[in-house]
Amino acid sequence: MKQSITLNKVSKFVGLGFISTLKSLFTGKLDKEDFKDFLRKTVVPLTSIVLFIGLWHVGAKTLYNIEADYKINKAMEEQGQAAADEMAACIASGDISCQPNTLPSPAQVWDSYKTLLADHKAISADKAAFKEKTAALNAKRIAEGKAPITYTGRPSFVDQIITSLKTVFAGFLLALFIAVPIGIVIGLSKTLRSSFNWLIQIFKPVSPVVWLLLVFMIVKTMTKDSNSDSAFIISFISVGLCAMWATLVNTAMGVSTVDKDYINVAKVLKLGPIQKVFKVILPSSLPLIFTGLRITLSVAWMVLIAIELLAQNPGLGLFVWEEFQNGANDSNSKIIVAMFVIGIIGFLLDRIMLTIQNMVSFNKNAQ
Amino acid sequence: MSTDTLDYKVVGDRTDNGLFPPSRVMLDLKNLKKVYPTPKGDYVVLEDLNLQIMKEEFVTIIGHSGCGKTTMLSMIAGLNNITDGYISVLGKHVKGPGPDRGVIFQAPSLMPWMTSLQNVLLGVNQVFPHATRAQRNDIAKYYLQKVGLEDAFHKKASELSQGMQQRVGIARAFAIKPKVLLLDEPFGMLDSLTRGELQDILIEIWNKEKITAVMITHDVDEAIFLADRVVMMTSGPSAKIGDVLEVDFERPRTRKTVLEHEDYYKYRKHLIDFLEH
Repeated sequence: MKQSITLNKVSKFVGLGFISTLKSLFTGKLDKEDFKDFLRKTVVPLTSIVLFIGLWHVGAKTLYNIEADYKINKAMEEQGQAAADEMAACIASGDISCQPNTLPSPAQVWDSYKTLLADHKAISADKAAFKEKTAALNAKRIAEGKAPITYTGRPSFVDQIITSLKTVFAGFLLALFIAVPIGIVIGLSKTLRSSFNWLIQIFKPVSPVVWLLLVFMIVKTMTKDSNSDSAFIISFISVGLCAMWATLVNTAMGVSTVDKDYINVAKVLKLGPIQKVFKVILPSSLPLIFTGLRITLSVAWMVLIAIELLAQNPGLGLFVWEEFQNGANDSNSKIIVAMFVIGIIGFLLDRIMLTIQNMVSFNKNAQ
Repeated sequence: MSTDTLDYKVVGDRTDNGLFPPSRVMLDLKNLKKVYPTPKGDYVVLEDLNLQIMKEEFVTIIGHSGCGKTTMLSMIAGLNNITDGYISVLGKHVKGPGPDRGVIFQAPSLMPWMTSLQNVLLGVNQVFPHATRAQRNDIAKYYLQKVGLEDAFHKKASELSQGMQQRVGIARAFAIKPKVLLLDEPFGMLDSLTRGELQDILIEIWNKEKITAVMITHDVDEAIFLADRVVMMTSGPSAKIGDVLEVDFERPRTRKTVLEHEDYYKYRKHLIDFLEH
């Protein structure tokens, strides 16, 4: 029997069940039960979003007023009534030079988002133009055996997102290739498990910053003579080291707690050790391994920002840090934009992992 | 009841001491003892357990829960260590598990990520490593057909019902062509309708293959319907064989002829009397 793939199934599978409700809303097939479902899954979340933005707006307004009053009072105390009036007028006019520096309102954040996009378009256009201009020259240089001239301009916000994704992906792969094999080996042997346990328990709670410093000590020396991108290397190794513990622990647990029935079957059939591992133990621990990998990916994305910020890797973390240092009028709202982007990407990454987890595991109960 | 006062019919081909001639014995349990150490001292599960099972014989074992039936069966399977005494298959002592003794577990114990065919092949590949892929596939498919799963070769085990899963379990056990088939309450988790269906399937394949079978059950009717001999175990600790009942029905049997047989209720009463003793 072939299973048909419908929008309903797919959307449920990736955990976006409300899409199918939306679809039935538009196709007009909606009975009472569906309508309740629609209310719960679509209207209620939307209302909460509106409420959130409303509260944010009011809160930002209040903070703005407090900051503005403080500025006016300060001008009054230090320079008198005339200066205070001038300051009030200046704030009211929206002049950039005297704006209170506080939590930006939703509208300001939206404006910054548009600014960042426009900036990205401008930089992309600039890049394309540069490429076109240097195409002939670069071809000549390559023919002569020289390195081509590359664009060295400022990265756009989107470029920084891509760098971050690359870093987190490299870190995730590193965690995968370290933690899964070690986890399997540790899981298989009770002796190894007890001899490695102290190490895992001690290093698991170590802060990302400390990992970064450790990696920095090592990588700095190792990449001394090469031109490699050490900021990137340091960031992705640190991310991998911070994030791999969940996978390591879960893999070891999955492998060591395989259902006794399966082990008995393997014993009765006299499966060899390799067959036993690949045909019985690994498949049965896949769900736990993937739970670990999912945690690893979300931890990787979370620590990435802190690590990039410290390692000066040109990604979202550095963007946030530079905007904070920059202190320009729209810096705060750009930081908030980055916050949302980080959150949304983290959410999407988790959904992707969940989908893969559901595909590989035999019990389709993961949430 | 002690082992000295066995009140079963002694059939003609036994030697003077009531044992079977060695050439006819498939499985021999001799002075078997099992002790589990506990913090409060040793717990003797089985002691002085003697049982011989003939080639091509179907023996069911009945007894109260916790009396050590499963312990005995897993010792025969080689999954549990023997404290004292020995178990031999065709004269060779059992040292560990092996495919000469197929096991059907209480839970179907299929690999849920594999299809029913792959589950059966897992054993077949192991036992017939020199057969071609096609031959091994044929063996696996043959037994799956025998248990009525010709439409479910490629269904994942996790998509099958309990009854269907246990059918795969039966196919997997028969497909490795064991010398002895060990069944640990294989139908205990099924509803009575499915149980009847599976008993029919089991007995049908068994009639064809005549593999020596030892089956644990709690169900008196099942014990009589399937067995040549019903072995009753005393309650633990130190459980042993309490009584053996020879079931003298013609084979092949059908449920109808068995239920209508004049001796059926006599056998049934015998078993129930023992269990309520």
